Parts: sequence; structure tokens; C-alpha cells
Amino acid sequence: MSGDMILFFILASLSVIFSLLVIFPRNVVHSAMALAATLFFVAVLFLTLDAPMLAILQVLVYAGAIMILFLFVIMLLNPAALEGRRIAWWTLGSLAAVALLLELVSLFFYRPSPSGQPPVAAAFGGPETLAQSLFTDFALPFEIASVLLLVAIIGAVALAKREG
Amino acid sequence: MTHPFFPVLVLFFFAGSVVLALLLIAQMVGPKRPNPVKDEPFESGNPPKGDARIRFPVKFYLVAMLFLIFDLEGVFLYPWAVLFRRLGIFGLVEMGIFLTVVVVGFVYAWKKGALDWE
Amino acid sequence: MIIDLGIIAAKVFLVLFMVLNLAGLLGWIERKGSALIQDRIGANRASVLGFAGLGLVNTLLADPIKFLTKEDFIPPQGDRLLHTLAPCLALFPALVTFAVIPFGDVLVVGERQINLQVANLNIGILYIFGMASLSVYGIVVGAWASNNKFSLLGGVRGAAQMISYEIAMGLSVIGVIMAYGTLELQQIARAQGELFWGWLPAWGFFLQPVAFLLFFTAAVAETKRTPFDLPEGESELVAGYHVEYSGGKFLMFFVGEFAEIVTAAGLITTLFFGGWQLPYLMRDGFHFPWGGALLLPHLAVVVLQVGAFTIKVLFFCWLQILLRWSLPRFRYDQLMRLGWKMMLPVALVNVVVTAVWIVLRQQLSVKP
Repeated sequence: MSGDMILFFILASLSVIFSLLVIFPRNVVHSAMALAATLFFVAVLFLTLDAPMLAILQVLVYAGAIMILFLFVIMLLNPAALEGRRIAWWTLGSLAAVALLLELVSLFFYRPSPSGQPPVAAAFGGPETLAQSLFTDFALPFEIASVLLLVAIIGAVALAKREG
Repeated sequence: MTHPFFPVLVLFFFAGSVVLALLLIAQMVGPKRPNPVKDEPFESGNPPKGDARIRFPVKFYLVAMLFLIFDLEGVFLYPWAVLFRRLGIFGLVEMGIFLTVVVVGFVYAWKKGALDWE
Repeated sequence: MIIDLGIIAAKVFLVLFMVLNLAGLLGWIERKGSALIQDRIGANRASVLGFAGLGLVNTLLADPIKFLTKEDFIPPQGDRLLHTLAPCLALFPALVTFAVIPFGDVLVVGERQINLQVANLNIGILYIFGMASLSVYGIVVGAWASNNKFSLLGGVRGAAQMISYEIAMGLSVIGVIMAYGTLELQQIARAQGELFWGWLPAWGFFLQPVAFLLFFTAAVAETKRTPFDLPEGESELVAGYHVEYSGGKFLMFFVGEFAEIVTAAGLITTLFFGGWQLPYLMRDGFHFPWGGALLLPHLAVVVLQVGAFTIKVLFFCWLQILLRWSLPRFRYDQLMRLGWKMMLPVALVNVVVTAVWIVLRQQLSVKP
């Protein structure tokens, strides 16, 4: 087994372990921290795939911003108050889990031919390459992303300022 | 070994060791003498009152949400800034449209008082 | 290969050693400096065989020993695990951020070229922001795990402040990235060795003065020190998010704060003040704009460069400490207004103006 594979298995098992730690603890803050750790290890996995830009944005946006928002919401709500209603979420959650499982199983049967992909260039995944494709080939999706951000701002303001 | 991030891994390892060492030394060397008064939450000498996990104004949520949005905006700006000289006028117009849309949202939040903190 | 590994380890040790020692030294500067400002004597209690060394023995030797031998208090109603994890989350990012900051140019030993930087990443600046964004966890988690109202209030305040200023900080460097066209800090430092009109060094400060002001302010706010010390404002919150911390864990928060100051100073130096560049010092010695040159051996040039970097970093550390003891604390609404309603719009305008300026110059094809 090559060094890359060993590294992959270490990182993959770490992310799996921490994602299990997201669902098992009763304490929501523990779950949130485990989720942050999972996101961090996934970022390191991106690094091993020669995508440093993606990796660091994963840390910056997911671990550094989205998880902070999660923690804020947990603290705002005081998690002890959430204990009561679990049954409804259990059913919903189980349904989602079954759907995900089906998707994963179908992935086992999907085998892309390894010979089809040419090896990646040295600068692959760096800021320049990413910018090159984002701002030329994907200019329209990029502009649409701004509308998404606008909607998010309006939504957040409307939610928080409803009382007037 | 030749991976550009390898030295970062080494630094992570040694910085982690420093952190763990400090933690362990503090755990082992320090005394452990709990008493009922010491164990109380510290509220400047008054007896603690109520639950410590107080609930917070929704404003903090708003700040976190706006932070997330503008952080994402920044994330789009970094690669753009790197490639800016090659993109030229096209890049300027492209980012101009993007920024205008986001700034509309910013002005909306401002006018709605979402950025006020009274 | 062993030698390569040794070089990496040596650079890592050097950086960790420098950050930790500077953190300790800053503790001394802070205590003696504040005493000087407030007309007190300051730390002078400890001495070894009658040698007090202007309080150095006190702050560098006695303080850490004291911290580590005190009781490590864990609030019984709090969360043991998270209470222990929080100081680690505060200290660790502060220690690893320095990895991408270059402290010198290339050192040539025989056939080997050693880049004086722990890791030369093509995402340099983003690595720093990524790690800095993780340091928010330290205070939020610590505050929550402490089971104390003041802690929690301080932690949530601190997190809201840090994320607000993170945006202004991130947007302020966009102008610098545009000016140099790269995220690599070593390249940015190299580009600042050029001269405008043959005499003015092309330092980021001269290209982007507004960005410097925004970045410096945001960096001070990120370290959560006066005038931005609302998360730990002792007159209202006892000590904020670390009320329930003592001994070694408090030391970790404390060292983390000083390590953040050092990193902020390093980043300011690299982005805006030429990094390791000394004006008119080229690879082979000084070339003065008024004519004349002073050729120096390679080793002397490298030593001068590392020395220049160190002195600049020390200057900005000192400036931050001076600020902390000179300015009064903001009110929370003022803090939020400064971050969101002043710094964020100004940073955006700075980006737009820089972009238009660069494109105009390109179109008129003036040599930049």
C-alpha cells in the first residue's frame, strides 16, 4: 500500500469517527465541535487531492463561518429547551438516512474508468486555475451566486427583524 | 515530503505538542483543593442567580448570518484579485455586477436597521 | 533527504521558538511599559540571587512557574471536556499561523537554496485567515463550558466582534492582492523590493495606505485588546470568557493572545512594510538611488534581511501594546458601528477604486 493510500485511510477514518461523534452525543455543543473537526479533516482530504484552494476555503467558510453560526444558534436557543421534541425528528431523520444509504449503495456499483482521466497539471487546484475557470467558463453561475447572497441577506434581516 | 504542506504538518505536530505539554504540566503540577465556595460560578462575590446559560438577543444571530454572507463574498474576491490583471475590463465588469447586487443587500440591511446596535 | 527534513524541522523550531519567546518578551514589555505609562514601578518582585533584570526574571521566569503550579480549576457544573479543549483551540491556531510568513529571502548554502519561510504555499494569505477564523472557537467554547453568565456574555460578544472584524480584515487585503497579483507572501515580499521613481520602496503601505489602516485596526480588534477588549471588559464582565479559567489554561489563553499579536505584526510587516526588505538592499548589497553601491557577502545580506524583519515585527508589537495602554475602551454599539458601517464600506470602496485604477493604467498602458 502506498503512502498516499495510508494517508487517505487515516484521514477518512478520522472523518468517519468524528462524523459519528456528531450524531451520538446528547450534548449539542459536543456534536457541533465534532462536526467542525469532521469538516477540518475533509479539508485535509481535499489537500491530498491537490486542491489547496478548495481545502482552505472549506476551513475558512465551513469550519470558520458556518459552524460559528451553528454555535451561535445553539447558544441563542439554549439546547436544554430542545430536549422535548425528538420523536418527529427521529422519523424524518431516519427517512433521510435511508435515502442517503440507498445513494451510497448505488455508488458502490458505479465505477468510473480510471484510464479516462488525464493526470492533473501541477497548478491544478491553485488559486489561478480556480479563478481562471470560475471567472471565464462559469461567469454566469458566479453572477447568480450574488443573487443568492442577496436573497440570504434579505431572508436573514426579515427573520430577525420581524418584530419591528 | 515534497508536498508544499508537509512543513505545515510538522509545525502542526510541534505546536500540538507544546499545547498538550502545557495542559499536562498544569494538570499534574497544580494542587486540587475544591471547596463549596470555590466551586460556585463566580459572579463578583454575589451568590449566583439563575441559570448560567442565559438566552441571547436575536441580533447576535443576525451578525453571524451577515458575517457568513460577506465572508462568502470575500471568498469570491480572493481568486478574482489574483487573476485581476489578466481579466482586465471583463473582470472589472463581472465583479462590478456581483458587488452591486451584494451591496444592494447591504444597503437593505442597513436601512432596515439590521446593523444598528442600540 | 534527511538534510531536507532537518531543515524543515529547524525552520519549524525557529518559528515556534520565536513566537513563544516574543510572546514572553511582550508580556514583559506590556507590564513594564504600562508601569512606565502609568507612573508605577511594575513587575519587580522576583529575583534570582538578587538579580531582577528590570522585571525580566519576574515576567519570563516567575510568572510561568506561578501559572503552571496554580490549581487548574474546572467548574463542576461546567463541561469538563470542552473546558479543557477551549484553551487548546485558542492557543493552537495562534501558534501555527506564522507558518507562511517569510522572515527572510533565500539562504544559499553550497548548492542548497533554503527559503526562509516554514511553508511557501500558493494560498498563503488564505491559510492565515483560515487559521485565524478557527481561533473564534477558543473563546466561544470556553465561555460556554464555564457555566458562568459573565463568561457566556463575554464569549458571545467576543465571537460577534471577531467575526465582524474578520470581514473588514479580509476585504482590506484584497487591494494588496490585486496590486501584487498573488496570495503567496514570499512573492509579495519580493515584489516590495522594487522602487518607485527610483527611490521610494514599493511597500504595500505606499500602494494601499487605506488598506493598511483598515487592516491594522481589524488586526487589533481580532486580538481582543483595548480599545477592543469588550469580551473581557473587567468593569462589566469580571474577565469575560476566561472568568472561570486559572493556572495553566489561563496561561494558554494569555500566550495565545500574545502570539496573535506577534502574528499580526508579522503579517502587517509582510503585507505593508516590505517584509524582510531593507530599502536599497539587493541580493548583492546596497545600491543607493543617489549612486554608489556597497557590496556585501551573501550571509551579511541574509542577516540584514532577517534583522530588518525582526525589527519591523518588534516595532508593530510595541505599537500594539502602546495602543492598548493609551486608548479607552469602545462602547459595544460603537464597536459594531465601526466594523459594519465604516470599515466594511470603506474596504469595499478601496477594492473598487484599486480595481478601476489598475484597469485604467492597463488601458492607457502606462508602465506600472
